[in-house]
Amino acid sequence: MASRPEVIAPPEIFYDDVEARKYTSSSRIVQIQAELSDRALELLALPEDGVPKLLLDIGCGSGLSGETLSEDGHHWIGLDISPSMLNVALEREVEGDLLLADMGQGLGVRPGVIDGAISISAVQWLCNADKSSHNPRLRLKAFFTSLYKCLSSGGRAVFQVYPENIDQRELILNAAMRAGFAGGLVVDFPHSSKKRKEFLVLTCGQRSMNASMPKGKDEDDESCSDDSIEDEENQTVCMSDRHRPRKKVKGNKSGKGREWIMRKKDQMRRRGNVVPPNTKYTGRKRKDRF
Amino acid sequence: MLSSNIKGVTNGFPLRIEVVKVEEKTVEINADFLKNMFQKIDWKALTEASRSMGYTELPEESEFSLLESDEFLSRFHHALLELHLEEGALVCPESGRRFPVSKGIPNMLLHEDEV
Repeated sequence: MASRPEVIAPPEIFYDDVEARKYTSSSRIVQIQAELSDRALELLALPEDGVPKLLLDIGCGSGLSGETLSEDGHHWIGLDISPSMLNVALEREVEGDLLLADMGQGLGVRPGVIDGAISISAVQWLCNADKSSHNPRLRLKAFFTSLYKCLSSGGRAVFQVYPENIDQRELILNAAMRAGFAGGLVVDFPHSSKKRKEFLVLTCGQRSMNASMPKGKDEDDESCSDDSIEDEENQTVCMSDRHRPRKKVKGNKSGKGREWIMRKKDQMRRRGNVVPPNTKYTGRKRKDRF
Repeated sequence: MLSSNIKGVTNGFPLRIEVVKVEEKTVEINADFLKNMFQKIDWKALTEASRSMGYTELPEESEFSLLESDEFLSRFHHALLELHLEEGALVCPESGRRFPVSKGIPNMLLHEDEV
């Protein structure tokens, strides 16, 4: 049933040594990650003055997305909660600085030093309560407020997210708006269930406030045109069937049997429920013609 | 190490550095980036941090005009980007909480009661 990694286990446990290696050695995931981070960097719309920026990669994992940042000449700090993923990142000798941290606890970064932040397929993890002390609302709040603090004025943050449903998307958006961010959702390939990618583009600070809102729409159009162009080229970027519910496996045809029914009825009786008495009809097979 | 210089826990900055092992990596120098970073950095914290990692070439005081001199730039660059704390710990000046650093990765995870 569980096709989303988020529902299987908390991130620091799900991405163990095996999973971390698998994640990085799969050329398909590497390619998708590179494309997503390219797109995120594009949406980040950093000024093109050739000055390297200090970026934050939230949920950097093994540094796949950071590689794109390095290629563009930026310095980056990556943080992730999974030590195994960071170990893989160390082995791959990524250029950014790595940090073992939980984004739900807030980012311990000095105010105003970060020029921009990206996050690829990570923020939706915050919506899960994996420990008794976790409260998704509070964790999202802690994350967004601390992010708002550490971004320099006019800085942007782009998150590529896989929200599980509309409620989750609302939850994330609301938390971001409450922290003071302006911005919105940019959806690539809105009509394809597989290729659909959602980017949360947030800006902070006064300078960008005025310009950001129309721009967000602009990019939305642009992404739509991207859509048609890429469709023509038949470039498929498929992520695993995260969004597709698995087909239910049909149970055994012969049913559960009389013995099982009796046991269950006994169980229910012991719990004090009202259960019909056992008769010769209990658990009897139906006739074939039925 | 870059992050140790500019990172602070929200309630306490700067983090004191406990050094076990320091590594030096060469990184290409980029004056524009340094100028950009200069405005954001707490100079006192940087000098203290680099001093605790055994690099004492940074001047006590600094101002923007110093950025024109190549010598200053290269020292600043070295302290900021080329010094890496490999093993050790970052210590919060307020609460005394230690964040261990291993293989160059600081562990900033908090316990549940500290959130």
